[in-house]
Amino acid sequence: MVKVSNISKSFKDVLALDNVTFAANQGELYGIIGPDGAGKTTLFRIMTTLTIPDNGTVYINNRSIIKDYMEIRKHIGYMPGKFALYQDLTVEENLNFFASVFDTDVNENYDLIKGIYSHIAPFKKRKAGNLSGGMKQKLALSCALIHKPEVLFLDEPTTGVDPVSRKEFWDMLAGLKQMGITIIVSTPYMDEASRCDRIALIKNGKFLHVDTPDNIIAAFNKNLIAVTASGMKTLLNDIRKCNHITSAFAFGSEIHALIDDYNNIGNVLSYLNTMKYRDAEIKIISPNIEDCFIWSK
Amino acid sequence: MEQVIYTNNLTKKFGAFTAVDNITFHVNKGEIFGFLGANGAGKTTAMRMLCGLSIPTSGQGYVAGCDIVKEQEKIKKSIGYMSQKFSLYEDLTVWENIKLFAGIYGMHIKDIKKKADVILNILDITKERNTLVKHIPTGWKQKLAFSVAVFHNPKIVFLDEPTGGVDPEARRQFWEMIYSAANDGITIFVTTHYMDEAEYCDRISIMVQGKIAALASPKELKDKYNAKDMDEVFSKLVEGTYGVM
Repeated sequence: MVKVSNISKSFKDVLALDNVTFAANQGELYGIIGPDGAGKTTLFRIMTTLTIPDNGTVYINNRSIIKDYMEIRKHIGYMPGKFALYQDLTVEENLNFFASVFDTDVNENYDLIKGIYSHIAPFKKRKAGNLSGGMKQKLALSCALIHKPEVLFLDEPTTGVDPVSRKEFWDMLAGLKQMGITIIVSTPYMDEASRCDRIALIKNGKFLHVDTPDNIIAAFNKNLIAVTASGMKTLLNDIRKCNHITSAFAFGSEIHALIDDYNNIGNVLSYLNTMKYRDAEIKIISPNIEDCFIWSK
Repeated sequence: MEQVIYTNNLTKKFGAFTAVDNITFHVNKGEIFGFLGANGAGKTTAMRMLCGLSIPTSGQGYVAGCDIVKEQEKIKKSIGYMSQKFSLYEDLTVWENIKLFAGIYGMHIKDIKKKADVILNILDITKERNTLVKHIPTGWKQKLAFSVAVFHNPKIVFLDEPTGGVDPEARRQFWEMIYSAANDGITIFVTTHYMDEAEYCDRISIMVQGKIAALASPKELKDKYNAKDMDEVFSKLVEGTYGVM
């Protein structure tokens, strides 16, 4: 279990983490979701014993990150956001190296990485620096797993990765979870929230919500509508001028907006009809995680 | 309609590997053109050729009226470029960044000053004029980077994953800036991994293994592939096509 209590961390006058508390259970897939600069990496560095917090405590399976940091390092796997393997070693050499650092060998825990490593095994003689983004990611994950860690920390493993590869990566994580590994993973992609058991939404060093994705969505207490019409490019600015609309943003092929009262949908529609939007459509929708993030105060 | 980008069988090989394989397409003036594809599909290589940074193995291409083989230096003056990975110098102030980039593009200091005042006012960061870029929030940084990329009034601006990691609200504000630039007649060539952003483009191409596998408006693509959104279109085109790169 990972237990983070009241963690704060400042760098000079910047408060990177502001009293952050959460706990991830054994075998849980826990997502830390938020944009760049929110404090995700600082939190990961603290949990992996690489940065000392100003305040608060972290226990990884009852070991303190301050007193027992050497012991913790033997039992966790960490994949930092930046590719941190040796570019001029081959795929195979990297894997052997990390295995030997942790006093094990590749065969001992091969079952654990088999599903992931088999994709890159055909290129095991290739230097890590010459791999594509997706293959580097699979190699880094294999190296982080090779000593069978109790807890796996993945800092933005899918950043800059295309949508299809991102889905594949989350499928791999679901597989690892089945094997009982606790996984803490951060991401700036809000659409990945649904792949986690529980998530924390982080913004400016603070946790906004900590819950299951479904509960966060259920707790959304504003009146949300989706609006479409031909002429989407001007629609956003025009709908913002309507006095029943308190806020509006583009969401793919729709505009999501907050309306003061669902009873006023007819009024908004006639407002749009009197302008150039004859074919405007409005429907009441339930929010996704990105809506919750944008409109949480 | 004026074509700001035009290519004919554009190809780039690295040894035996064909990174960009005979692509032929055009981009109209003032259009927002989304350039999508899986990692390793050849997007970056294609974009480098269009920006005059890499010479094609074969085929032709014209950007802003310049030949991408013979007039590489002229291309660089006619385009703007911004990426998520690199956009501004962190250890220079807001003003110093503007002055540096506009100066590189040959703008006169008097014009730079005048335009900088306007831009900072629009972005509402006039009071941050002398702040180091590393001390301004990420969302603002991206907007400033975009303003700097179009500061010299290029015919076309190339945006390489401009919104990666940016918070959802700032990401949307960024797209509102793109719309406004397109309205002013600047052509936008943009790559992104956010499929909701693909919906904001006038037309989209999707590259698969060095080739353009599809090119149309988001609506046409969704109809053609019987998909509810661009994410589904992308998945249908890309799934199971990964090469060895």
